[in-house]
Amino acid sequence: MSSGIGTLLTLAGYFALLSLFAIGGANAALPEMHRLAVEVMHWMNDREFADMFAIAQVTPGPNVIVVTLIGYHVAGLLGAFVATLAMCGPTCLFAFFIGQVWDRFKDAPWRMAIQAALVPVSIGLIGASAAVIARAAAQSWVAVAVTVVTAVVTYTIRVNPLWIFAGAALLGLGGMM
Amino acid sequence: MSESTPTPVQPAPIAPNPLQLFVAFSLISVSGFGGVLYWSRRMMVDERKWMTAEEFNEAYALCNFLPGPNIVNFSVVFGRQVGGTVGALVALLGLLGPPFLVVTLLGLLYAYYGDIPALQRVLAGVAAAAAGLTVSTGLKMAGPLLRQRPGFAHALAMAAFLAVGILRWPIYWVLGALIPCGIAVAWWTRR
Repeated sequence: MSSGIGTLLTLAGYFALLSLFAIGGANAALPEMHRLAVEVMHWMNDREFADMFAIAQVTPGPNVIVVTLIGYHVAGLLGAFVATLAMCGPTCLFAFFIGQVWDRFKDAPWRMAIQAALVPVSIGLIGASAAVIARAAAQSWVAVAVTVVTAVVTYTIRVNPLWIFAGAALLGLGGMM
Repeated sequence: MSESTPTPVQPAPIAPNPLQLFVAFSLISVSGFGGVLYWSRRMMVDERKWMTAEEFNEAYALCNFLPGPNIVNFSVVFGRQVGGTVGALVALLGLLGPPFLVVTLLGLLYAYYGDIPALQRVLAGVAAAAAGLTVSTGLKMAGPLLRQRPGFAHALAMAAFLAVGILRWPIYWVLGALIPCGIAVAWWTRR
């Protein structure tokens, strides 16, 4: 948990860049976060990454909060702050300034063309996130079964996911995984 | 403040002060598990009447257009509209402050107790369920696309999925290639 200035700069530069590629929200960027944190920088292993995602999911608030956890894991409180700021700062500035001129080009043909490209890409990225997270969480056959059942249940019926998380936590605690 | 006063037939959007803005986004943040957008709409449009439904949809369209965390962008867009720079900052702090504190506390606990076998088993369970939730979110998002006739949009989505999710290529190269191609095709097929 050493918070060397180099580590903080890596976190800042990396998440600031990544935020611009998070088409469809923070969860769309999960595969890239996993690639960096687990495969490139070896900040954590597969299980720890899945744990962070799980903790972020049970924390109320926006999905982007997983970035805070990764930052904390890598460089403590300062790391948490730097990572969060980097992931939110650039696009917040965009939102601030583009919000002022949005009325002028919201119906422009080029805006529609960009949107037409972004929507399918964001869908593909969420699918990619699902694949990466499912693989990281697949520590046992029971875990795989829980993933499949959760996917089917939350897809077909309207249920508060917290109940499913609670059930899965009990299954895990009972030593089923 | 004035939630219980009867609203006139044509409700003009009410402008909140910075404190109200901060409290509202804090509430949105802590009440939303994964579905923050639902809560933000409910509070902004239905409860506080700070925005009309059309204004909300407009702001939402903008936030979908921008990269990055959507709801975070939304807090900035809305905060700026009603309260300028201060409004944007206050809304952003309200949205991110509470979960930041909660999650760093959980991160601290994880750093100390993450190796306890019982906690590891609990997290393994939650992680598996959270992964399943992401799968179903992805399927729901893909729904409208799946009902269309297969075309270029399907190819784009599939390419992004395979390159990033299966082949594990860096997102920068993948999007750097796919998005310009996608925009070009969308532009030409539009005319």
